[in-house]
Amino acid sequence: MPGGKQKQIEQAADLRVQSQIGEEERFRDLMRRMARENKTAVFSFFLIILMTLAAILAPNLTPYDENSMDLMHRLSPPSAEHLLGTDEGGRDELTRLLYGARVSLLIGVVPTLLSLILGSALGVLAGYRGGITDVIIMRAADVTLAFPSMLLAMVIMYSLGGGLVNVFLTLTLVNWANVARVVRSQTLKLKNSEFVEAARIIGVSEGKIMRRHILSNCLPTLLVLFTLNVPESILTESSLSFLGLGIQPPNASWGLMINTGRQYLYNAPWLCFVPGAAIMLVVLAFNFLGNGLLDVLDPRQKKQ
Amino acid sequence: MSGCLLEARELTKEFPAAGKKRIHAVSGVSLKIREGETLGLVGESGCGKSTLGKLMIGALKPDAGEVFFRGKNIIAMTEREFKPLRKELQLVFQDPYASLDPRMTVRDLVAEPIETWGLCANRKETTLRVQDLLRAVEIPEEFLCRYPHQFSGGQRQRIGIARAIAADPSFIVCDEPVSALDVSVQNQILNLLKALKASRKLTFLFISHDLSVVRYLADRVCVMFLGKVCEIGPTEEVYLHPRHPYTRFLLDAVPVPDPSQRGKEIRLLKGEPPSPADPPSGCRFCTRCPYAAARCAAEDPELRDLGGVQAACHFADKAFSV
Amino acid sequence: MEQKTLDVRSLTVCIQTMKGMIRPVNDVSLEVPRGGIVGIVGESGCGKSMTARAVMGLIRYPGKVTGGSVYLEGREITSLPEKERRKLRGAEISMIFQEPMTSLNPVMKVGKQVEEAVLLHTNCSKEEARAKTLDIFREVEIPEAEARYNCYPHQLSGGLRQRVMIAMAAVCRPKLLIADEPTTALDVTVEAQILKLLERLRDAGTGVLLISHSLGIIARVCDYVYVMYAGQIVEQAETEVIFDRPAHPYTRGLLRSVVSLREGAGTLETIPGVVPNLLRLPAGCSFSLRCGMCTERCEKDAPRLLETEPGHKVRCFLAEKEGVR
Repeated sequence: MPGGKQKQIEQAADLRVQSQIGEEERFRDLMRRMARENKTAVFSFFLIILMTLAAILAPNLTPYDENSMDLMHRLSPPSAEHLLGTDEGGRDELTRLLYGARVSLLIGVVPTLLSLILGSALGVLAGYRGGITDVIIMRAADVTLAFPSMLLAMVIMYSLGGGLVNVFLTLTLVNWANVARVVRSQTLKLKNSEFVEAARIIGVSEGKIMRRHILSNCLPTLLVLFTLNVPESILTESSLSFLGLGIQPPNASWGLMINTGRQYLYNAPWLCFVPGAAIMLVVLAFNFLGNGLLDVLDPRQKKQ
Repeated sequence: MSGCLLEARELTKEFPAAGKKRIHAVSGVSLKIREGETLGLVGESGCGKSTLGKLMIGALKPDAGEVFFRGKNIIAMTEREFKPLRKELQLVFQDPYASLDPRMTVRDLVAEPIETWGLCANRKETTLRVQDLLRAVEIPEEFLCRYPHQFSGGQRQRIGIARAIAADPSFIVCDEPVSALDVSVQNQILNLLKALKASRKLTFLFISHDLSVVRYLADRVCVMFLGKVCEIGPTEEVYLHPRHPYTRFLLDAVPVPDPSQRGKEIRLLKGEPPSPADPPSGCRFCTRCPYAAARCAAEDPELRDLGGVQAACHFADKAFSV
Repeated sequence: MEQKTLDVRSLTVCIQTMKGMIRPVNDVSLEVPRGGIVGIVGESGCGKSMTARAVMGLIRYPGKVTGGSVYLEGREITSLPEKERRKLRGAEISMIFQEPMTSLNPVMKVGKQVEEAVLLHTNCSKEEARAKTLDIFREVEIPEAEARYNCYPHQLSGGLRQRVMIAMAAVCRPKLLIADEPTTALDVTVEAQILKLLERLRDAGTGVLLISHSLGIIARVCDYVYVMYAGQIVEQAETEVIFDRPAHPYTRGLLRSVVSLREGAGTLETIPGVVPNLLRLPAGCSFSLRCGMCTERCEKDAPRLLETEPGHKVRCFLAEKEGVR
């Protein structure tokens, strides 16, 4: 039977060819590709994980309490007892740094996530619906972006008062507009793509198209935005705390630590440098990770 | 004779173009598609084939005219009234790369129409149905969890076809389904479409610029030029005895893979195709037609019945007698 | 012996990808006689475009020409320094692409673009260059040449854009014109006009290397055909011979797959499977996976290109046997 044989060959050939085509593209694959192309990004990724772990495990890592004063040992330089010295209240600087990392990382991640959720929801809505929805959302975004972000954050913090939750709220309100803009422009592109038209012809509802087809295709962009916005938030919070508008003492955040350490810059310089270095490290790590992801997720590279 | 499944009446669609101009994509097209047949739609790029296809399945709203599906006017329907018909009228896209969401697995892609229409009670049933569909388009089941970019163009087109037939439609527009594919793969898809049409009792509107492909699949063929129907009739008849001069030139221009015909002088059309934003008055083909007379520029020819074939040319019966 | 415009010998191009080394052009030898149209036919990914690019010297990183030589009218050009090669491009070898829109500068008048090519390769004045441009516009039958001179690419139809590309390629009277799928984006009636134009250039003495996936086009204009598969030439012969007695199973499959305009019905012939991934070609003959006549030997050894009759070479063990007969 020539027909049967033909079929067999066909399937065998199909199978053999298929097995040659790459495996599933998953997180693992992503990391592997990044590892090959951008070592700094992978290093940054692990550094971020390490810092997060340190922040979570802070009570287990140091014998000291973050807020208990020891005025006998004020401003003592780094020693075996206090690896990074003590501050103006005699509190262990390393302990403060670890507890401060909790606040600073939280402030990096939470408002960024919130602004991504808010921004991408509004961005998709504006881009997909168009018309009056688009006008309202985008003008609101324009107004937000028209203010210098620091000024806006200060105004909001003044009116809301300090505290962690208010910092979250402020940073979300400052950052959503950027996200909305990026997502909207992506949506406009995706909206006219053939696969969205295909979904419409199949009869998929608008809400589902937005979620399933548009938002999911924005995910790589959102991932990159996340890594770029986290350091932004940390920096903004540091500045706010530095100005006395963010986290209120005696709680520790890196920005606040620099602010208090500033007064002792000459006799205890480590009080400024240590949290400063920590901020720099985290910000750089997130930025490198973002760049690495940008490289890997670039569709032009994917084709190769 | 089988009944009429879909009928277009005086469909017109224009798109805005630069400089207040309007592109006349489809101008007053009327045609009937019979239940169970394949109507081939041929014409050059920009003649409004794809637009007509999308109008016929309600994916685009016409500026004027009506589309009747089983006797009901789908243009006049409200969104809610039309919704159940949505799954009856499907489309296979030209570009198998752009028409599949790159972030969905094959299973999810094919399951999408099934879930949208609630055709299966649960996930397991859905997956079983997806497997059936993949078998029908000859995609091995073990590829269920793969993503579109891991497939070749031909396989992607198979997935696109599986999606189109998933909700058991009665009418499918195939919009140049093989023009992005290699010759050898193209035939696999054409054979598949022909087999599916027979086994699932489908009606096709098969859009293509490739006359040979249409010849293979279509029972009747409709030739379009610049938004208008030039000629429509049984495929054999149109190919063997083209009535409209444009059809003749189109058939003449197709390169035949036979080197012995090499020396033969091909009759070439003069000039460039006119722009759909600024179509000539009267017969739209008159600026390129070697037989054009004064009447052609003044008067738009109607489709006339010429022994089974309809053609829109003032001199169609004359050309026929030659 | 007739004068050869182009003589490519054992050209090989390698690309280092992340998943390994591939050879999109593998030991390709071909010739284009003066005033002849030679075709390369094959499916997408078979290396036909890459061959053209290699001849032009347009292979970019990570691709690399790793072997072979290219002679243009007897002069070896692969070893020339980049600066010299650039001088050749546009003047002695030129190329036209499938999509003229992407190869034209969208913000520059088409006349100026052609004129620029003239000014670059000849030392004539602006006025002369303009006159030459208008001449070539008329020669490639661009209607209202003067008016078109001032048009931007997007104002022209696809057919006209391709004519502009041909004008740009032909304005310096190159010895060789490479046409890479020049009519794929065009309508059949326009395609016929463009092919006619290529024949006119051929008659003027330019050698034309026409790359196409369409056997119809090849049959219409080519004198000699190379069939490529997975980076290699699998069969070569005069056009009449290829169509009359194809020897390689792949060529036969291709010819059988052509959908006829003259007769309908039945089931269409197909070649099973898909074009192989160059990363993992089979050990033996690269077509063995899809070949209906594949033997054990085909899976183990790679066949060589063998002459079965004068001017007809085939890369297949079966043809070898027939050759003996």
